[in-house]
Amino acid sequence: MLYWVIRFMVVSIVVSMVRVVIGPTVADRMIGLNLVAAQTLALLVLISVSMERTIYLDVALVYDIFGFVGILVMTRYFSGRKGEL
Amino acid sequence: MNVPAAVFFGLGVVFNIMGNLGVLIFPDAYTRLQASSTCSTTSVISFFIGCMFLVGWGPMFGRLLAITLFFFITSPISAHIIARFAWQNGMVAWRKSYVSMRGRERSDG
Repeated sequence: MLYWVIRFMVVSIVVSMVRVVIGPTVADRMIGLNLVAAQTLALLVLISVSMERTIYLDVALVYDIFGFVGILVMTRYFSGRKGEL
Repeated sequence: MNVPAAVFFGLGVVFNIMGNLGVLIFPDAYTRLQASSTCSTTSVISFFIGCMFLVGWGPMFGRLLAITLFFFITSPISAHIIARFAWQNGMVAWRKSYVSMRGRERSDG
């Protein structure tokens, strides 16, 4: 059961990357990156549970924190630039 | 075969398909943001609750609980940050016809 969910999540991440590639504005690409970060977090947790390693869940927690900080830094970087949105 | 874990994994798969469809076919950044935020929150937290049923009580349960609480706080915050970024940089929300709102100005923001 868990391996099929892991395979589904890999396919779903690839489908979500389509919006990052074809998004017409910066906000669309950021939405796609947010979705990809959330699904990658779920994929890391599922892999950790399927391998039964406790130490991989710490990696997932740090990835969650860095995904949030990455979105914050990207909005800081792109705000105030005329003609790019 | 764990029945509650299977139920929550099925719920997560269904929410995930719906969110990906919404992100692909919706017409505007705000509507796509709604689909993306709903998909990420419900589907990922359903996967986490299924994993909690699967591992039982122990050290993995505590770490899964910490990850779930942190994600439950930060996912709506990041969606709000993206919507605020799009609004402050002058992105106009989607209407059915662009012609009818050409002479109208946005009052705030």
